[in-house]
Amino acid sequence: MNTEAIVSYLPLYKEAFVLTIKIGWLGIALAFAIGIVSAFILYFNIPVLSKVIKAYVELFRNTPLLVQLFFIYFGLPKMGIDISSQVCGCLGLGLLGGSYMAETFRSGLCAIANTQIESATALGMSKSQIFIHIILPQAFTISITALIANVIFLLKETSVFSAISLMDLMFTAKDLIGLYYNTTECLLLLVLFYILMLLPVSFLGNLIEKKVRFGIFGD
Amino acid sequence: MNAFFEKLGFDVLLKGNNMLRLLQGLGVALRISVISVVISIVLGIILGVLMAQKNKVINVIAKIYLEIVRIMPQMVLLFIVYFGITKVLGINMEAEKASIIVFTFWGTAEMSDLVRGSLISIPKTQYESSEALGFTKSQMYMYVIIPQTIRRLIPLSINLITRMIKTTSLVMMIGIVEVLKVGQQIIEANRKTSPNAAFGIFATVFLLYFIACWPISQLSKYLERRWEN
Repeated sequence: MNTEAIVSYLPLYKEAFVLTIKIGWLGIALAFAIGIVSAFILYFNIPVLSKVIKAYVELFRNTPLLVQLFFIYFGLPKMGIDISSQVCGCLGLGLLGGSYMAETFRSGLCAIANTQIESATALGMSKSQIFIHIILPQAFTISITALIANVIFLLKETSVFSAISLMDLMFTAKDLIGLYYNTTECLLLLVLFYILMLLPVSFLGNLIEKKVRFGIFGD
Repeated sequence: MNAFFEKLGFDVLLKGNNMLRLLQGLGVALRISVISVVISIVLGIILGVLMAQKNKVINVIAKIYLEIVRIMPQMVLLFIVYFGITKVLGINMEAEKASIIVFTFWGTAEMSDLVRGSLISIPKTQYESSEALGFTKSQMYMYVIIPQTIRRLIPLSINLITRMIKTTSLVMMIGIVEVLKVGQQIIEANRKTSPNAAFGIFATVFLLYFIACWPISQLSKYLERRWEN
């Protein structure tokens, strides 16, 4: 093990780590936004729009991120839509994640028992009150496990960004291996930085899951 | 109409045997996923049953294994096996073998978790009732537990198959010539004659993956709904 090499690579990995985290979380934020809006459109069955959203969700859930990124990054510029690799990574992750989040939120919303809505109506709550105070909190509780799984899945998917020449962790590792051939050291750093990126999320996820689970009615 | 096709870069698909080559590329990716899926399902069922036995040692080991798979991107695992392990052991491994090892390692973890989940989701009353009815242990598993477990398991494992197919697109990153790589080659070769090929080719690859995965995930959804209760 060449410790000198590890120390000298560290700043490069740190830079890549920050970039990966930045684009990863921006993409996840975008995914949440797209997912929530799409889920509402599906839940309220808004004509035309819900058909479009359905097609979008099926299309992006059934194709790999790598293929989506290639299409956005190499295909779209031919039609005059030119975007940088960072925006592309963010957009790709957001679109992929949005389709997963939409499914998750929608099934959470649909899982609320009818008796809940009927009871709230009997208590004299208005439609918007029912949605905000009865349906949303329970739907969130139900979907939290799947939401956390989605976040971890999306953070892992950031590893394909290197394919569109975004200087992320994977790109840096590959580059350094090619330059100096210190394969073991480079891979060790790669693994360590991915653990640093994902282990806290995994732990925090387990914690939140346990806390929120108590909120389920009748459990 | 022809000019329109050319503008979108779809014309290149009809040149020579380009479309056939793309399909062959998809075939390579599908072959890797089918092999990995089959091995993962077998190993996953074995591990899942072991995990449901509540043996402390097995559970600790399994938990560490599952957590590794849960947080390590498949791409990192591919690099570790293809570049790392081969160098440390001083062996030569074909990229395809490395990718099958990685996807099996990953798929087995996912599958075992599904098996364990479906086994422990069978309520205790089912076991107790079959005992009260005088079933022997093997009868109880044969007629009561396993049929119910399978109903929960099949939709989830079909879903896992689509995820594995999608993940095999990563193998181009370790140099396997599959559908994306073939697409790049076609684009390079036709750079002069069809400058817009990138759009047509990658849109086609996008659709090919969709055609491969969508029916499978619909089947999973259908079975899940049908066997819900």
